[in-house]
This record gives sequence, structure tokens and C-alpha cells, in this order.
Amino acid sequence: MQNVAVKAVPTAAVERGSKSSVVETDKLSLTFQTADGPVYALSNVNLTIEQGDFVSFIGPSGCGKTTLMRVIADLEQPTEGSITVNKVSPREARLDRAYGYVFQAPALYPWRQVDRNVTLPLEIMGLSKAEQQERAARYLEMVNLTGFEKKYPWQLSGGMQQRVSIARALSFEPDLLLMDEPFGALDEITRDHLNEQLLRLWEKTQKTVVFVTHSIPEAVFLSSKIVVMSPRPGRIIDVIDCNLPPDRTLDARETPEFLEIAHRVREGLRAGHSYDD
Amino acid sequence: MTTEVADAADVPAVQRPGVVSRLMSGKAGPVGLMLLLILVIWYAGAVYLNAPRLIDGYERSDTEWTFSQLTDDAWAMERPILPAPHQVLVELNKTIFGKKITSKRSLIYHSWVTISSTLLGFVLGTSLGMLLAVGIVHVKALDKSLMPWVIASQTIPILAIAPMIIVVLGAIGLTGLVPKSIISMYLCFFPVTIGMVKGLRSPDPLQLDLMRTYSSSTSQVFWKLRWPSSVPFLFASLKVAIAISLVGAIVGELPTGAQAGIGARLLVGSYYGQTIQIWSALVMASILAGLLVALVGVAEKFVLRRMGVAQTGGAG
Ligand SMILES: Nc1ncnc2c1ncn2[C@@H]1O[C@H](COP(=O)(O)OP(=O)(O)OP(=O)(O)O)[C@@H](O)[C@H]1O
Ligand SMILES: [Mg+2]
Repeated sequence: MQNVAVKAVPTAAVERGSKSSVVETDKLSLTFQTADGPVYALSNVNLTIEQGDFVSFIGPSGCGKTTLMRVIADLEQPTEGSITVNKVSPREARLDRAYGYVFQAPALYPWRQVDRNVTLPLEIMGLSKAEQQERAARYLEMVNLTGFEKKYPWQLSGGMQQRVSIARALSFEPDLLLMDEPFGALDEITRDHLNEQLLRLWEKTQKTVVFVTHSIPEAVFLSSKIVVMSPRPGRIIDVIDCNLPPDRTLDARETPEFLEIAHRVREGLRAGHSYDD
Repeated sequence: MTTEVADAADVPAVQRPGVVSRLMSGKAGPVGLMLLLILVIWYAGAVYLNAPRLIDGYERSDTEWTFSQLTDDAWAMERPILPAPHQVLVELNKTIFGKKITSKRSLIYHSWVTISSTLLGFVLGTSLGMLLAVGIVHVKALDKSLMPWVIASQTIPILAIAPMIIVVLGAIGLTGLVPKSIISMYLCFFPVTIGMVKGLRSPDPLQLDLMRTYSSSTSQVFWKLRWPSSVPFLFASLKVAIAISLVGAIVGELPTGAQAGIGARLLVGSYYGQTIQIWSALVMASILAGLLVALVGVAEKFVLRRMGVAQTGGAG
């Protein structure tokens, strides 16, 4: 069953021609061994993410989205199947600093002020002080946090902290961005703003973005491809190509194409639920 | 909120609320009350403990005695079982302010002797404790092999091992400051190791994962994450360590033939039944302990504020 949707992927790959795959999984499964017995978090996931894709994962809570991201990031080891990132093992990709990861929680360092949280990866990668400062200022501006450079994390709201962690992941300009519900804690207006910012950034830099969200409109607005997942154990139910015009604005959310894709995503999620019952 | 309290304490007599409510709302009220209670119990205890000998004396010399005479005498004996607080104060005053600092009878001189080995032992013990903690956190084999020894080392009573340390070190020509410091070190590395291990392991999994995603080196993880996370834990340990280090120094002075130091004063005092001297040395020791712990507390406040994590630290 779960293979059906994924069959679509090679076709899409042919269309794009020269693009190379950034993430490729083959029959990927992951089972957590816990005290109360095994937890099947991922089951038989076949997936190809190509260079320049903006792929959103959408699925019920606890279905394994975070787990899949963590496997890509080499923070979790699959129990079955295989995965490559940039054609090499996730571990090698991690050692190459191939990706930036925005966790579901901000994970800021409380003793560092906002700007020094943003420059943390830059320090580790040995950039010059001037470059560090320039980038911190640039990306903090992008997430609307100019003026908060010298605040400590506990002086910020939850949503502001999350934006700092987004700026931190963007600051070292990785080609692959893994973003786990980055906008979950934000108000609608800020969320809209950051959606547009991220879209512009993606169009400009041709980054590959792997994105997790619970919001159907957000997924449809941002993505080039939407992966709908089933309840646990996470399987891929549907992969929806979603190519709205490139320089779209938030108004695109009113168009018939948009609504049609949104409808298809919703149907997919529903199907997943009934499938499980 | 804490700043408001601090401000209220700092503001001089611009507007003075009722004296009683003012006393009880601040820190001074409860502390003062406690002190008063202790003094009352102390004076009563002095009468109770010293009375039998006095009454004995009265009866032997067939003197008539009243209760008020008994209390007066009980609080003014030369070698009481328990001296009265004011006797201790007089002795403290005499030996702190009444003697030249270089004099062997000056309590300041003896305090300095004890403090210097306390501080040396504290520095040695803290260094050793931190070193062990870093090893234990980073090397699995050390965690398994070292931790039991660290814990076992503290089950040996210090009073039993102190003379041996003094004798052994004396045999290889080390006397004076160093052996005493080593006893201090022996006591005070333990809380530092335990606290530091806990502190170095305190970063949450996500904070560690973040470092992994940057493929950072072990030393980067240490300096940018583990070490800063451990600082609050370290200070909690240091407060225990410095107090225990003082105990170590005093214990170390007991078997040395008692030339100098608070411990020597205790020992000489008990040889000659000079209870007032013993008690004044005891009071001095607790004043020193209080000062040292307070000093660490000040350093803690300063460091945590500079790190920006003092928002919870202010409570203590
Ligand atoms: N370290 C772990 N040990 C055991 N079970 C785990 C572990 N991590 C995740 N799980 C389980 O795996 C399943 C998938 O978790 P995951 O965090 O991937 O869900 P998710 O799709 O990200 O959910 P959400 O949308 O709520 O963030 C859950 O049932 C969870 O309980
Ligand atoms: Mg998740």
C-alpha cells in the first residue's frame, strides 16, 4: 500500500532532469525498544527528496515525523532499510555539516544572549568575528528580532525563542534545512510573515527544505511536495506535487488551485485515520 | 520582585513603617529573634551546668547562697563547664583586638594559619574534584572504575586518617601547611566531584543533539555547553567544599603537636581546661566558616549574573 504513492517520485525526478537527490530512503523502518515493548515509529518509508525541493511532512501527532527528521540528521539510527543524505550516509553528511536543523523546541543556551545563540554554530565552524556579527544581525532581522540581540532567552516569549532558533539554523547557510514545526508556536500574523520570508529565501537560494507542519494551508503555500503520513507506525500515504506559481504571495491561498491541493491533503489525512481504525 | 525587596532594604529612613512590622518583614527580624533565643538558652545552660560545682563549693565553705548569687558566679567562673556568652566575647575581644597580629596569643594570627591551609586545600581539592569529574563524564571506564573509590574515600573517618597523613608526609619531610591542606583537599574534592559530574551531565538531550548537528568536537561541546551548564552546580558544591575544607584544616592541626591555628587553640584549651579559650576558638571557627561561605556566595552571584542566568539564583 504505502509504496503506491512513492512510485510517483521517480517520474517527478525525470521531469526535473539534472537535479540530484539529497535524501533517499529505501524501506526505512525504525522501532524504539522501550520498557513497555517496541514502539514502531517508522515503517517501510520509501522517499526521495531532490535538490531544491521544499518537502512538507504532514500527519497526525506521534506518527513519526520528528523521528524521520532525526534519522536524516543522524540523531537516530534506522532499524531496517537504508538511507543516504547527499549520496553518503547520514553520519558522513552530518560530519560534513550538510544540514541545519530547527528542532521542535528552541533548545537555546540560557547563558548566551540572543545574538550569541545565533552565532554558536558560526563559532564552532570558525568564522571571523565580523562575519559572525554580520550574519547574526541579518538573520535576526529576517525573523523580526532586531533590537533583541542582547536579551537572554528567558526574557523572550516562546515564539520569539523559536524564531531565534530559526535564525540560528539559517545563520550558517546550510544547503539542506530540516525544520520541525518551526512556526508552531507563533501567532497567525508572524507566521504569515515568516512563511513569506522562508519562501523568498528558498526561491532565492535554491536550498532543499524538509519541513514538518500540522497546518494544511502552510504546507500547501510553501511546498513543492507534500508528504502525507499515516498514524503510527508512520507510513507514507500520499505524495502530492504542489507547484503553485513561484513568486506567489499570501493571496495565493484564495486561488482554486490552492484550495484543490488543500482538499487533497485533507482527504489523505482522513484516509490515514480511517485506515487505522 | 526580588529587586523590590532589595530596594526597600537599601532605602534609608525616608518613610519608616512601624518598627515591629519592619523588623519582622526583613531578614533581620527573624534572625535577631533566633539569636535572642539562643542566648537565653545558652545563659540558662551555663547556670545549669556550672551550678553543681558552685553549690559544692558553697557547701564546703558553709556559705549562704541565693539564686542570684549562683547565677552571677555561674556566669563568671574562670574554668566553667560552659562559659557564658559574654565571657567568650570578652576573650574574643582580648585575643582579637588586644594582641598584636604577630603574637602567638592573637586569635587573628591563629585564624590566618588555619585559613591559609583551608584555602590551599580548597584550591587543591577543587582542582582535583573538577579533574575527576571531567574524567568521569568523558571516559566510560573511569565512570565505572573511579566512582566507587571516590565514594569509598569518604566513608573513612577523617579523624582516623588525618594523623596517618600527617605522619606519612612528615616522614618524607613535608610539614606545616601542606599536610593540613592535603587533609582539607581529601575532604573537599568529594562534593566538587559529585556536583560537577551532575552539572556536566545536566545539558538536556536536545542541547546536546544541537552540538551533534554541528559535528562539533568533544572540547567544543565541553567549553560551549557542558562547562557553562555546570557552573550553578559547581557553586553549590563549592559552598560545601569550603566549609568542609575549614574542618579539614582544623582536624589537621590537632595531631601536629599543636603549634598554631584554630585547631591548636582547641587542643591547648582542652589540655589545660581552658573552656573559655575553647569556646572562643569555636566561635571564631564558625565566624570564619560563615565568612568563607559568604565569599563563595558573593562570587556565585557575580558569576551567575554575568552569565545572565541569575534570574532564579537570586532566591538563595
Ligand atoms: N526516544 C524514543 N524512545 C521511545 N519512543 C520514542 C522515542 N522518540 C519517539 N518515540 C515514539 O515514536 C513515535 C513517533 O514520535 P515522533 O516524535 O516522531 O512523532 P511526531 O510525528 O513528530 O509527533 P508530533 O507531531 O506530535 O511532533 C511516538 O509514538 C513516540 O512516542
Ligand atoms: Mg514531532
